[in-house]
Amino acid sequence: MRDVAIIGTGLIKWGELWEKSLRDLAVEASLNCFKDAGINKVDTISIGCMLGGIFNGQEHLASLIPDYLGQKHVPAMRLESACASGGLAVRTAFLEVASGMADYALAVGVEKMTDVSGGEATYGLAAAADQDYEAFHGITFPGLYALMAKSHINRYGTTREQLADVAVKNHHNGALNSMAQFPFAITREQVLSSVMIADPLRLMDCSPITDGAAAVMLTTVENARKLKKHPVVVISGIGLASDTIAISQRRDICKLDAVEIAAQRALKMAGKTIKDINFAEVHDCFTISEIMVMEALGIVKPGQGGPATSAGLTALDGKFPINTSGGLKSKGHPVGATGVAQICEVVTQLRGTAGKRQLPNAKVGLTQNMGGSGGSCIIHIMEVKS
Amino acid sequence: MKVAKHWREIPERYRLEAAKCKKCNHICFPNRLICPECGAKEFETIRLSGDGKLVTFTIIRTAPIGFGDLVPYAVGVIELNEGVKLLAQIVDCNPDDLKIGDKLVAKFRRINEESKTGMIMYGYKFVPDQGI
Amino acid sequence: MDVGIVGYGTQIPRYRIKVEEIAKVWGADAKSFKKGLNLNEKSVPAPDEDCATLAVNASRNALKRACINAMEIGAVYVGSESHPYAVKPTGTILAEALGICPYVHTADFEFACKAGTEAMFVALNLVKAGAMKYAIGVGSDTSQGAPGDALEYSAAAGAAAYVMGANNLVAELVDTHCFMTDTPDFWRREHASYPEHGGRFTGEPAYQKHVSGAVKAMLYKANMKPEDFNYIVFHQPNGKFPVREAFRLGFKEPQFKHGLLTPTLGNTYSGSSPLGLAATLDIAKPEELILLISYGSGAGSDAFIFKTTKRLPEVRDKAPLVRKQLDEYKMYLEYGTYAKFRRKILKPE
Repeated sequence: MRDVAIIGTGLIKWGELWEKSLRDLAVEASLNCFKDAGINKVDTISIGCMLGGIFNGQEHLASLIPDYLGQKHVPAMRLESACASGGLAVRTAFLEVASGMADYALAVGVEKMTDVSGGEATYGLAAAADQDYEAFHGITFPGLYALMAKSHINRYGTTREQLADVAVKNHHNGALNSMAQFPFAITREQVLSSVMIADPLRLMDCSPITDGAAAVMLTTVENARKLKKHPVVVISGIGLASDTIAISQRRDICKLDAVEIAAQRALKMAGKTIKDINFAEVHDCFTISEIMVMEALGIVKPGQGGPATSAGLTALDGKFPINTSGGLKSKGHPVGATGVAQICEVVTQLRGTAGKRQLPNAKVGLTQNMGGSGGSCIIHIMEVKS
Repeated sequence: MKVAKHWREIPERYRLEAAKCKKCNHICFPNRLICPECGAKEFETIRLSGDGKLVTFTIIRTAPIGFGDLVPYAVGVIELNEGVKLLAQIVDCNPDDLKIGDKLVAKFRRINEESKTGMIMYGYKFVPDQGI
Repeated sequence: MDVGIVGYGTQIPRYRIKVEEIAKVWGADAKSFKKGLNLNEKSVPAPDEDCATLAVNASRNALKRACINAMEIGAVYVGSESHPYAVKPTGTILAEALGICPYVHTADFEFACKAGTEAMFVALNLVKAGAMKYAIGVGSDTSQGAPGDALEYSAAAGAAAYVMGANNLVAELVDTHCFMTDTPDFWRREHASYPEHGGRFTGEPAYQKHVSGAVKAMLYKANMKPEDFNYIVFHQPNGKFPVREAFRLGFKEPQFKHGLLTPTLGNTYSGSSPLGLAATLDIAKPEELILLISYGSGAGSDAFIFKTTKRLPEVRDKAPLVRKQLDEYKMYLEYGTYAKFRRKILKPE
């Protein structure tokens, strides 16, 4: 397998983008990526999108995207793993380059979520759960994570304030990110007094509905060096794991086995332990998710995610910064695009171009992208190659 | 209109029919073709008792389409006496009074309907076991 | 052949609403309604309960007492005026839920409040004719009372199911009779949300005429007198009609008090007299005689004479008792939630 580098990132401002269609979003982000990479033709395109069919009536993105991107006859494919679709698209692009099937591979994640009503959006998102044995019974996405939160609170004594602190920290970071959907700070009180969605999760414990796209371009390390445009950032480890789709069938309702196993696989491939990782972009679809992911990754011991967050471990100036981009909570969560945007943030930090959000010591970064209630997880580890 | 799909689910929804692995006795609900424990592919059909306890739950206050009239309602993971876990609503109670560990029994209730003129979907929900 | 009830079961919803709560909204005099109807509160079905769910849960309770091989049931009949579908039987849902398909007869029954007892009558006679070993007859309703109408105070929900057979009876059938005419006291046209009724016409020419007609004909046929019975159960649209009629026909309070549920249950329509019978079976001793008289608008009455057996007390506690459900297992609603539950509030599609 060849070594693979990320030579370009492309983002657009995320939010309720009424004037942009699904294809507009994907093309704009991809063009920004082409510009950043200094490349305007690719050998393959991997597209991450969960709900193109359900929300937009549009499947066959493997034809639509290369067409509208001006990449005539370029092979393309769509990857779907619910909210981990974006991460999966990046992994696929990695495989294309690593195997020699492609020299320049584009991975673009996209989601257009605001053409449907709130109720239809909830229905579509429930497709990430077990349709017949979970969604059928009237559980919502916040509801599934609320089940985990209630168990976590019951077993470890995690508090409502600790959950709120995840959202507060991520908004603090998002306020420094011009591409974020909600680039403003919030307070603990605002979280705790927001409307209850599914006990104990409130509105501000939940990531929003967002239109957005993000793209990265991959090539061999050799090609990256020749381009001389940016520091060479390599993907040194990838881990992918699945778990039961229904939350009732999980081994332990307070744990995310898919995250733990994917992390072990990624770290093994990179020849590292969690102690070698400086910072991470994790999948905070809900505040409880970030806490449970911290524990699954081994950043803290089980049950310590809440206290560690409140103590500032994962703040921008903490020992292990998490979600410097603002996370899903502040940056937004266009489902299929999230995994790709996480990669963009890590690359930006490793290049040293994160501006006000720049970490002083960004050497090895990790992205954790998760599908549904933890039914799938994909982890990438990236570092600068000298 | 998904009439065939709802009809297909009647054995599980109406009767809590589960599949017991002939090799390792693991019980799958819903039924499967492959035992997740031992990989065997032969099962016998059994009917679950419907008696169990509450493992975890949440109270839904923002509901999906079709469930608005029930808000606020409790949904939880219930562990049946046979060791099987499933997700279902808990009704006929004040959701705020529920506690992890509460004893529950299954009842036959309406889950949803396709529309005012469409098919009605029935299935299992749980109520607190009050010995009544 | 001796035929009768092998097992009986009931299902009453948990929610209730008081007369005062309804009267408050319509500016009505609660005290006079309570007195005039002899009614304090009624059961309210939750949004996820309907005639089918009540019938299934009641039938499962009946099977707990019957202790039979359910696959030997040859027919299930549900009588109701609130079947979930206008076309597609409640009986098929019941049969599938009990797991007794496919060799089972069914079709739905409708005769206002006496659909349940007609179902019981047919079930008994199919067994008596030797056509099958067991048959189930169910009375189940979640009826609607028009907002602001007098019937809103009493329209309630509940179900009682009876497994009929020829062995291991809890109550033997002694005899039956009926009294039926075409009388327009109360009806609902297809597509109408609420029924209409003839006001005071529902009294003497309707309820009174058919109930007393059935009682007199039954007593004559069986050569019995009112005092021969330990218990009587009349159809009970409110707490007044059955009491007045009972006294008029020569019965006494100790005979009807156990079967009179309406004061804290309301009128469960097709479930009304079947639930009254179940409440009576819950407390009757062996070898006691019960007279059951139903009434359905349109109009007609079914009469049954049952005699309890030694087996009754042996199986009684295998399923929930009616009085326990009525007295111990209830949650009160205020009118807004009640109106939401009963889908009386206009919402966008």
